[in-house]
Amino acid sequence: MVVTAKPAPNVQRSSRLRAWKRSDTWAAWLFIAPSLLGLIIFYVVPFGRGLLISFSDWNLLTPAEPVGLANYSKLLADATFWRSLWITLSYVVINVTVQIGLSIGLAAFIARFTQSVWVRGLLILPYLLSNVVVALLWLWMLDPLLGVINEALMAIGIGRQAFLGSPQQAIATIAAINIWRHLGYSTLLIFAGMQVISKELYEAGAIDGAGEWHMFWKITLPLLRPVLVFVLVTGIIGSFQIFDTIAVTTQGGPANATRVIVWYIYEYAFVRFEMGYATTLAMALFLILLVVTAIQMRLLRAGESDL
Amino acid sequence: MILLLALIMLFPFWWALRTALSEPRSIFRDTTSLLPAEFTLNNFARVVGLVDSAQAVAMGGSGTSINFLLAMRNSLIVAVLSVTGQIFFSALAAYAFARIVFPGREKLFALFIAALMIPGIVTLIPNFLLIRELGWMNTFPGIVAPKLLMAPFAVFFFRQTFLSINRDIEDAAKIDGANHLRIFLRVILPMSVAAVTTLAILSFIGEWNDYLWPFLVGRNEDVRVLTVALGVFRSQTPQGAPDWGGLMAGAIVAMIPTLLLFLIAGRKAVDAIQFSGIK
Repeated sequence: MVVTAKPAPNVQRSSRLRAWKRSDTWAAWLFIAPSLLGLIIFYVVPFGRGLLISFSDWNLLTPAEPVGLANYSKLLADATFWRSLWITLSYVVINVTVQIGLSIGLAAFIARFTQSVWVRGLLILPYLLSNVVVALLWLWMLDPLLGVINEALMAIGIGRQAFLGSPQQAIATIAAINIWRHLGYSTLLIFAGMQVISKELYEAGAIDGAGEWHMFWKITLPLLRPVLVFVLVTGIIGSFQIFDTIAVTTQGGPANATRVIVWYIYEYAFVRFEMGYATTLAMALFLILLVVTAIQMRLLRAGESDL
Repeated sequence: MILLLALIMLFPFWWALRTALSEPRSIFRDTTSLLPAEFTLNNFARVVGLVDSAQAVAMGGSGTSINFLLAMRNSLIVAVLSVTGQIFFSALAAYAFARIVFPGREKLFALFIAALMIPGIVTLIPNFLLIRELGWMNTFPGIVAPKLLMAPFAVFFFRQTFLSINRDIEDAAKIDGANHLRIFLRVILPMSVAAVTTLAILSFIGEWNDYLWPFLVGRNEDVRVLTVALGVFRSQTPQGAPDWGGLMAGAIVAMIPTLLLFLIAGRKAVDAIQFSGIK
């Protein structure tokens, strides 16, 4: 702060400000203390402890036994792990692509045709329900015998589907259920992103004779990139950790068709009580997410917008 | 198009309500009528604990008695405590990061951001072990502790908000001799009501809907939250013929608070969710 050439009252003012700042450090630490305590106890230490446990065999009853990297070599050779990773990945791809595709379309639609807060409120309703409630609603509607959706499919001549009871359809069904819950949320984020794009760009485009479709590709999508990156990254990270819906509906079945990675970790930790291998799996998931996020940020040049 | 959208978004709600208001035995006979099959309020009476288990079986339920009113009380305790604690302490830290210059500030803030990158399942197992070792299983402190002191996203979000507030007002307050706590409480917080509301709505929805953590550390009835109670209710109903009437009545009860919050907050809630991605 350079104030030497300023008149007297200001010098006095800034020196009081500076004196005030000297006593600041202790205040800052006091302000941060509660959060820092939470961060250390429930994030930093558990992360380190999880890493430590992953180098041991521990069933909670007998003392942990150090096994070095044994859990990690077991993981690399564990076909069930790779299969659950594959199932998770197929879920993530279906969930994220369909959801973002639909959201962009819907957001463009409501931005163009209606600014009504009612329509946006309607879209967001499912997001207010818990995964557990949403899973129960759809479990009932998709019931193979009594579910209203199968009745409707019968009525239009398609015939009954097993949905969650079928190894081929289960993952896609779970993706559909989660898309129903999250569609409004991602649509609203993208819609908000569209609102901050300057109207003048579209006016200029219109003067140059560009059609709406053309402007959508050349103006809307490129300028939407920061929001899309946010929705994509958080969507992928969230989808990789799908658990609640599966816990309520299929519990990993049928025939292990929905044994996603977090369900697999849950089984090892809280059904078999093999804490060592469970934390190893969790660390693997952490690494995978770290790599996936880094690749996305690089590919999408996250922070930059095209203008 | 909007009608189709409304149908897709609203039909599951209606179908849940329709089922909850139907006589359980009739659900099996009449699977398609849009109105309740044999209207009854018995399912609701069962899930809020108004009838005993023998009566519940007579009404066509499974006889599993789960008191959803108690579960709702527990959910409210957990959500309100978590949200208030988390918002206050996160905002306090965010103020220091946004407004006070001190050695190590950037490194410390980077640590908070790094915590954002850790997937829940990684810290879940060690946190479960910690709560178990503390003897806090099946207690409110056990359920609330990891959420009470902060949320990494909240610290990040509030710091962004505070950085965008004009400093002149604070400088004036400083010259009047106000200390940091006073500035935080009297200047910064009142100017950030919108941001606080936004985050309160978002984290209330999040905490209200949380399942895995309370399922692991709070399964006893006296601390069991709604999501866990619903999960237990679902797993205790016989596989062949789940108690759909009771399940849907429980689901409706579980929906009420967030839907109510949404109605009261109205436009603000929509804006809150809408702008959470832009900050």
